[in-house]
Amino acid sequence: MNMMAETTLEPKQAQAMNEPVYKMIGNKVSVFYGTKQALFEVSLPVREKTVTALIGPSGCGKSTFLRSLNRMNDTIDNCRVTGQITLDGQDIYDPSIDVVELRARVGMVFQKPNPFPKSIYENVAYGPKIHGLARNKADLDQIVETSLIKAGLWNEVKDRLHEAGTGLSGGQQQRLCIARAVAVSPEVILMDEPCSALDPIATAKVEELIHELRSNFTIVIVTHSMQQAARVSQRTAMFHLGNLVEENDTDKIFTNPDESRTQDYIMGRFG
Amino acid sequence: MKTPLILLILALMAIGAYVAGRARSHALSRTSKVKTHSRPAYHSAYVALAGLLPAVLVLIVWSIASPIYIDRTVRATLPSDLRIDQASEALNYGTVSIVARGVEQLTEAEIAAAQAGTVKWPELLVSKAVPVAADVRPEIIQAALKRTAMDAASHKAMAAVCIVVAALGAFLGYRRLAPSFRARNHIEKLMLVTLALCSTIAILTTVGIVVSMLSEATRFFAMVPMHEFFFGTVWDPRFAAAGAGGEGGQFGLIPLLAGTLYIAFFAMLCAVPVGLLSAIYMAEYASPRVRNLAKPALELLAGIPTIVYGFFALVTVGPFLRDISAELNGLVTGNYTNFIQAQSVLTAGIVMGIMLIPFVSSLSDDIITQVPRALRDGSLGLGATRSETIKRVILPAALPGIVSALLLTASRAVGETMIVVLAAGVAARLSPNPFEPMTTVTVKIVNQLTGDLEFTSPQTLVAFALGITLFAITLALNIYALYIVRKYREQYE
Repeated sequence: MNMMAETTLEPKQAQAMNEPVYKMIGNKVSVFYGTKQALFEVSLPVREKTVTALIGPSGCGKSTFLRSLNRMNDTIDNCRVTGQITLDGQDIYDPSIDVVELRARVGMVFQKPNPFPKSIYENVAYGPKIHGLARNKADLDQIVETSLIKAGLWNEVKDRLHEAGTGLSGGQQQRLCIARAVAVSPEVILMDEPCSALDPIATAKVEELIHELRSNFTIVIVTHSMQQAARVSQRTAMFHLGNLVEENDTDKIFTNPDESRTQDYIMGRFG
Repeated sequence: MKTPLILLILALMAIGAYVAGRARSHALSRTSKVKTHSRPAYHSAYVALAGLLPAVLVLIVWSIASPIYIDRTVRATLPSDLRIDQASEALNYGTVSIVARGVEQLTEAEIAAAQAGTVKWPELLVSKAVPVAADVRPEIIQAALKRTAMDAASHKAMAAVCIVVAALGAFLGYRRLAPSFRARNHIEKLMLVTLALCSTIAILTTVGIVVSMLSEATRFFAMVPMHEFFFGTVWDPRFAAAGAGGEGGQFGLIPLLAGTLYIAFFAMLCAVPVGLLSAIYMAEYASPRVRNLAKPALELLAGIPTIVYGFFALVTVGPFLRDISAELNGLVTGNYTNFIQAQSVLTAGIVMGIMLIPFVSSLSDDIITQVPRALRDGSLGLGATRSETIKRVILPAALPGIVSALLLTASRAVGETMIVVLAAGVAARLSPNPFEPMTTVTVKIVNQLTGDLEFTSPQTLVAFALGITLFAITLALNIYALYIVRKYREQYE
């Protein structure tokens, strides 16, 4: 399967550094909730096999942008998206696109760990079963195991795969959710403040995990923590009041941003 | 002085106390150096209640105790030949009560005249439209006069005591007002007592109902052995004709219980799929506009009185099923006789099912919408379709709640009466054929208790045994529903 194939490849970092490959490109994306506009013509490219952090004060539209990348905004009544978002050059809001298939390619991890009230095994097997990724039980077992290994959870749960996923600790639950997302072999993983409900130790584990996942997946992460953005991401985009303020290499944003608003936010003067 | 007037005076006193307490509290907060513990509203309410509550309590106790005392005293004054046994005493004391009511309407001058003998008592009373025999005994008249006098005295004393208690209470309450006085906490405690009292009343009523049913049922089981009732397969109670004595009927519960469960089963068979699927549509698919329109419309069904559903069954559904069965039979065998009777288990089941749809859908809808949005997002975010999400995540998570909703609905189906009377008839038969009439426990309870009855024969007492059995069934269903909810409650946290 292609997921397995990818794990064996060397990360093409050198190539990404020189001439960036864009996995997803947002072009003048505006989002409306009813009559209220939450996002104003945001144009943001997302590089392949890179962690892109979206930062900014609460209500700045970073989660809204993230959710429009896999059309999760469609599930909200009255929500309307204009502009263009492409995945590998294909418009994801095009009527010919199957939203279900899109979400299988662009997975999502949510703010609060939300394991299903099923066993650990069933939680991870959920996506592969729906999409028919496993031909038989052995296949499925294999997918579950590799996903849990990738999420760094295998050693902790291998003896109790059939216990309830809701019985795990908060940090373990969040890593289970990441394993669940990884199991459908997405190309992009969106993370909406994945550590905001976790304690520092669990946060450190998830951050380490994000670091490892970068070699196989394109990751977009929304975070409230400047330190986290600095630690896990290579590119950072700063949002304010529904606008994209600037987007650049993380090192540059945190040491020498072009915009004074970015500087102020990072220094903690507002937000 | 009459009780309403006393209550009015007490209310006015309470208002006065409230105003006084308020003034004092304001004065306190102005002059005191420390911050007052409670706000003026609490202080004034405390003063008002300190007067009002004890006075009302006295009023209630007095109103209950004084008639009992007066009755006993007056009864004792009746000569012994007027109270040979309980019946004659009750009869003669009844006359005393009637005369006493007449005496209350007389002026003092009229009473004096009658006492002096210038006017005859019976004539005087009859002129006031009080029915009294012409040869009424003078002892009875005297007893009535004594009762009237005692009543009046009691009322006066009660008024005086109440007002004194109210004044004293309010005064003591007023005296306690101080910046450090915790009136707020006292009022809080009072609220607690009031609330606890109300729930106690609700619980005691339930207990009372059960106890009264149990005691009547015990009387029934003294006449009919328990095993004949619970395991008897024939329901033939005969008539409870007065004086018929000895002609005991057969009181077999089984045919009724079978009918009840059979009809409830068909009702659930209709209600559960339709109700559950419409709940899923309402909760997951319907746009807010459709939902706002369709949900109240569906719940309107729950507001229709069950007797109206009964008409519907009798006039529309029953004949329709009968005719269509005749047509079907004709098409298949060439013999145009109906195999579904107009009154049948099926008719009752279908119509009761329609009645239950809003219960199932409304309860399930609430439960489904309670499933956290995070679970929905999690599944959709993995690329599941809506129906996959519902089938694999939402319904399993909501299942305990839905099961308990269905059990609650089932206990309604078991207790339903009117639809069954009209749709399935009153014939207590034991038959596996759902196209024929059967009847239920509740219908037979109504049957046994309609008409002029004496509550000593097993024919009427059986109703209580049936009632307690039905109560046990619905109680068991409800407890089981609660148990399921508790057991699986922490499933999604």
